Amino acid sequence: MTLRSLVTATAVAGIALCTAFQAPAAAGGAPIKIGAIFATSGPASNLGSPEANTMLMLVERMNAKGGIDGHKIILLLRDSKSDPQQALSLARQLIEEEKVFAIIGPSTSGETMKIKQLCNDERTILISCAAAEDITNPVAPWVFTTAQKDALAVRRIFETMRSLKLTRIAVASSNTGFGKAGRTQLEKLAPEYGIRIAADEVYEKEATDLTGLLTKIKAADVQAVVNWSIEPAQAILAKNMRQIGLTIPLFQSHGFANIRYAKAAGAAAEGILFPSGRLVVAEALPANNRQKPVLMEYKKEYETEYREDASTFGGHVYDALMLLSAAVTAAPDLDRDKVRAALESIGGYVGIGGIFTLSPTDHAGLDENAFAMLTVKGGKFVPYTGK
Amino acid sequence: MPLSLLLQYLFSGITAGGIYAVIAIGFNIIYNATGIINFAQGEFAMLGGMIAISFTAFMPLPAAIACAILVTAALGGVLEFVFIRRMKNPTVIQMIIVTIGLSILLREAALHIWDEKVHSLPYFTGNEISSIRLFGACISPQVLWVLGTCGAVVVSLSLFFAHTPAGRAMRACSADRIGAMLCGINARNMVTLSFMISAAIGALAGCVVSPITATTYDCGMPLAVKGFTVAIIGGLGNSTGAVAAGLLLGIVEALCLAVMPMAFRDVVVIAILLAVLSFKPSGLFGNAASQGQKEF
Repeated sequence: MTLRSLVTATAVAGIALCTAFQAPAAAGGAPIKIGAIFATSGPASNLGSPEANTMLMLVERMNAKGGIDGHKIILLLRDSKSDPQQALSLARQLIEEEKVFAIIGPSTSGETMKIKQLCNDERTILISCAAAEDITNPVAPWVFTTAQKDALAVRRIFETMRSLKLTRIAVASSNTGFGKAGRTQLEKLAPEYGIRIAADEVYEKEATDLTGLLTKIKAADVQAVVNWSIEPAQAILAKNMRQIGLTIPLFQSHGFANIRYAKAAGAAAEGILFPSGRLVVAEALPANNRQKPVLMEYKKEYETEYREDASTFGGHVYDALMLLSAAVTAAPDLDRDKVRAALESIGGYVGIGGIFTLSPTDHAGLDENAFAMLTVKGGKFVPYTGK
Repeated sequence: MPLSLLLQYLFSGITAGGIYAVIAIGFNIIYNATGIINFAQGEFAMLGGMIAISFTAFMPLPAAIACAILVTAALGGVLEFVFIRRMKNPTVIQMIIVTIGLSILLREAALHIWDEKVHSLPYFTGNEISSIRLFGACISPQVLWVLGTCGAVVVSLSLFFAHTPAGRAMRACSADRIGAMLCGINARNMVTLSFMISAAIGALAGCVVSPITATTYDCGMPLAVKGFTVAIIGGLGNSTGAVAAGLLLGIVEALCLAVMPMAFRDVVVIAILLAVLSFKPSGLFGNAASQGQKEF
């Protein structure tokens, strides 16, 4: 996978370079160097892999149509191996040696937080594909994200709990940036919805068995469990829960919005509730939904190209690249400050993750309407329609 | 604490402990034959799981597992033949570096042969949600498969070492290599055999734990770290000790979890490991005299 991506990335970059020299594009045509850091291997590879695939597919298509506003894209795709330290050294290399115009990624919150300061100091646009609140709060002028924020997902979950009259819950989270950020939001917002967190446990991201943790949750006598992680632990937790006979509702984070996890949990995935962007239920959306056309198009293109289900995470990359492309087109010329300013003033962009309206104080641009509550039924994701 | 809850903690400890134990046994065979720790043991488990998962597409589960064990055993033999047999009078450090290198090699190869996705074998009995209820506590039937495998492997190994010519020859090499060679035993072949057996046990372990832990290309290392810890606590080279130590460690972990946050679990495990290394370096169930004999 890694090697293949690398080869393809080099090939794409090579083609981009050649064509750039052959035919100086209409609008001046200086190529634009975009760095991409995704966790294509390691525990977060379920995020990074569709993200890298999407990036390769889009760059190829955009370059075939002449690039962004006449600027051919030179893509420098890197694998962070899900390691924040690795992400940092890759970002440093992309910025200092390759002098990239912008970076898209990384896949996870832990990695993004590690490079947020660097990108901001070096005045390089960073459009992250991770969801933690800290990425855009406080706002760093050069840092943006396209993933729906944790706080919005937490609100969707708590709203559902309120409608189901669940008030005493347990929280389980992994010891990753994503897990920590979600846990913080859950603790912060619970009182607002009259919910009490009676048990709060953190597990390692490599955890292979969580029955002990769930026994503790069982002992705490709660009405529901919320799990916040992006790793295979999501499936392990679901299985272990049923195995020890714990039958209360299980809520997962939006990190569960990848059908692979539901497949990994098999029968134990049935009935899991989770907030998610609308991509995974695109076909089931009403025809008047504004996102439907873009969702269907991306889904179709991705699925024909890679013969696997499109995932929300790839959608974050789609949005990141489209927002960047819109900003480059809107800016008078290919200047970092001007493109950054243009990015900040994008309004009403209809994307995969939701409808984005960015501003100098909001670098994420989504509200809780970006999330729909979904559940697993017969091994498939379907919209949740109450009890 | 009500009894059913205590029992549930115990079951959860047994679940984790069974996984540790079944991986730990694999470390002992190569240690007994060569005196080294094979750091690629976790990768044998990963390969076993991955190969079996690929084979299930073409054949029933038991046949897929059997094939996976055979393929992994053959691979273990080939790796020994290619990378270890040629070394002249290797030191312990050299051997450790070679096996660590092999573990990285196998992991990266698996990433390219398969992919980075999460795979798992189906549950041997029932499915993801089946559980057996005992006195108000529940346990997955797969855990019983893991424990059964531990038992079966320990019994077959002790029979093999006590009653078969090959097993006895391996023990002879382990006790006194020169003496064994003078008796006409090909010590190098015994080392190859130990890698094959150890790879086979690793592969079997990887298959039985796969439904519980899932298999990914990089799942070997975390499994090996715990398995290695257990092998040391139980006394290197002692398979019964490994099973006992595995279950013990699993149960201690589960009970710790009952009274403190999960983050402290590894602190307790490492504290136990350090205590064992300081006060009884041959392991809880090990024998100091037999440890002294290990050499090349």
